[in-house]
Amino acid sequence: MRSVIFRAVAPFLTSLMVLFSIFVLLRGHNEPGGGFIGGLIAVSALAIYGIACGVETVRRAIYFHPMAIAGAGLFAATIAGLISIAARVPFMTGLWIYPSLLGVEVPLSTVTLFDCGVYLVVVGAISSIALSLEERGGE
Amino acid sequence: MAVSTSPPADLSAALVLEPVAAADWLVILPVAWCLAIGALLVMLRRPIGLHPFIAIAGLAGLVVIDGLLLHHVIASGPVTMVMGRWLPPFGIAFTVDLTGALFALTASVVALAGGVYSLSDINDSGRRYGFYPFLMLLMAGVSGAFLTGDIFNLYVWFEVLLISSFGLIVLGSEREQIDGAVKYGFLNLVATTLFLVTTGYLYASFGTLNMADIARKAEGLRGTAPLMTLTALFLLAFGMKAAAFPVNFWLPASYHTPRVVVSALFAGLLTKVGIYALIRVTVMLLPVEREELSFVIAVIGALTMLVGVFGALAQADFRRMLGYLVISGIGSILAGVAVGGPGGIGGAIFYALHSMLVMTALYFASGVAAKLGGSFSLSSLSGLYRRHAGFAAISLMLAFAVSGLPPFSGFWPKVMLVKAALDIGAWWLAATLLVTGFLTTIATGRFFLLAYWRDTAGGQGATDKAQIPATILLPLGVLTLLTLAIGLYPEPLLATIQSAAAGLSEPSGYLNSVFPGAAR
Repeated sequence: MRSVIFRAVAPFLTSLMVLFSIFVLLRGHNEPGGGFIGGLIAVSALAIYGIACGVETVRRAIYFHPMAIAGAGLFAATIAGLISIAARVPFMTGLWIYPSLLGVEVPLSTVTLFDCGVYLVVVGAISSIALSLEERGGE
Repeated sequence: MAVSTSPPADLSAALVLEPVAAADWLVILPVAWCLAIGALLVMLRRPIGLHPFIAIAGLAGLVVIDGLLLHHVIASGPVTMVMGRWLPPFGIAFTVDLTGALFALTASVVALAGGVYSLSDINDSGRRYGFYPFLMLLMAGVSGAFLTGDIFNLYVWFEVLLISSFGLIVLGSEREQIDGAVKYGFLNLVATTLFLVTTGYLYASFGTLNMADIARKAEGLRGTAPLMTLTALFLLAFGMKAAAFPVNFWLPASYHTPRVVVSALFAGLLTKVGIYALIRVTVMLLPVEREELSFVIAVIGALTMLVGVFGALAQADFRRMLGYLVISGIGSILAGVAVGGPGGIGGAIFYALHSMLVMTALYFASGVAAKLGGSFSLSSLSGLYRRHAGFAAISLMLAFAVSGLPPFSGFWPKVMLVKAALDIGAWWLAATLLVTGFLTTIATGRFFLLAYWRDTAGGQGATDKAQIPATILLPLGVLTLLTLAIGLYPEPLLATIQSAAAGLSEPSGYLNSVFPGAAR
């Protein structure tokens, strides 16, 4: 889009939205949010960036191909389920560890890993669709 | 937030607390394995040259896992694992009995054969399009459908395999393929939606989705819940998936359009998932209703057989004819479901396993024939026997197998089905089975006569000896040898199938595996 205001604002808007999407992803364990909705917010960020600065710029900015991102997400989600094999509990059981980072207890779990996988699958799959639609609609 | 200092609660009422034996992981491993490898292949976009090798190694691993799973189930009865250690019926259960394990193993063998065949059928653009990731995700869906013990989860796996199959059927994006894919996709979506609606209806009546729980509660609900309606709706939904008459028309309209290996995998796997779900639901969950509907199922089965075989007689295209033979096989399986009892159900399971192997091999053979003769059409296909006698021999064996002639794998299930039908006095059903076998022999014989024995019209140059690459000959030969081996030495498989059928009609082992100590 040719609007100077939009092109000037889009990078900031995009980075804010991506940041917010990660916040939504992480708060999703006990409160409204999670991987799916977080992923959708991240995709809308990428879509805005694409409308403002062109699809090529977005593709360069995310570095990996969107489908590869989706694949990584699916892989992470599967691994999150398979970790429980080591703890001798059934597939997909939520397992927690509480490491201390700089004096703060950080609860980490396979559930979070699974949710991050969902996030990546949504980001990859939907942005793949959105970017190819923008590519064809643009000219 | 879950905090490390939360007070202890009594978890034994909600969670599985005893440690899970490593062998029980075999229940979920086929699905997780396929998903992980499929995801890995999606990630590896650049080195597409590696795709086939990773996928074939993955499928070989799947065969090993499914083999171990079958061995485990034979040794210690049905096995259950609940997701996230929540107790059934709330946790989603994966429960594997002999039927599920047999189907899963056969499916993985077929997929491995398809993986090897694809080396010479899928070119670089097909690989870039994602044939191998789709194949692995398809197998995740198929394995999940065979192994799950939860009816909504079954629906989810149907969706997984349906989405992967959409990807496979349009591989190449030719006009004809899109046409086939639209017909295939639309009718399968209708069937899946019907399945979902029926599952919602079932949940409203039963308040549970766990198959063992449904089987347990059906007896008490028979007076009040609309079980007959449910069974009829499931019959329609799964019948559409399995391409039973009168909802069979999508199959011949779409199966001849994609790549040969894709049609082969579809013929071997997809309709059989539908028929497996039909057997599971009608025989195990709602047996009384199956008995009530048995005449309807028998008529549908007989008509499916006849429509299939007459369609096959009328076709002049190799792959279209095979599509009709797939339908005719579905009819035979339905006849077994209608007859019921150990003989009928056992015959149905045996026929389904045989059909998975033979139909895949026949589609491979059609691909080879097209490669040698340059066409799928009967009007121009000729002189194949002169070109490659070994291939002609393999094709003849497969034709015998699909017609149900000894000594191949099609013979024994036919015998079981005919005997079971005669035992309950359904002579007309037995007669239909035999007539269908006879007509199948004529249909395949006609093909053999024209495509293999007829001399090529134009000159001597067209009758040169031809070579078939090993990547094609190997899967074709192995599948043919398997049907021959099953035909010559059926006892071990027959015994396993008979106890699988017994486990379906008397599912106390299945129930005990999900709810220990619950069944009679």
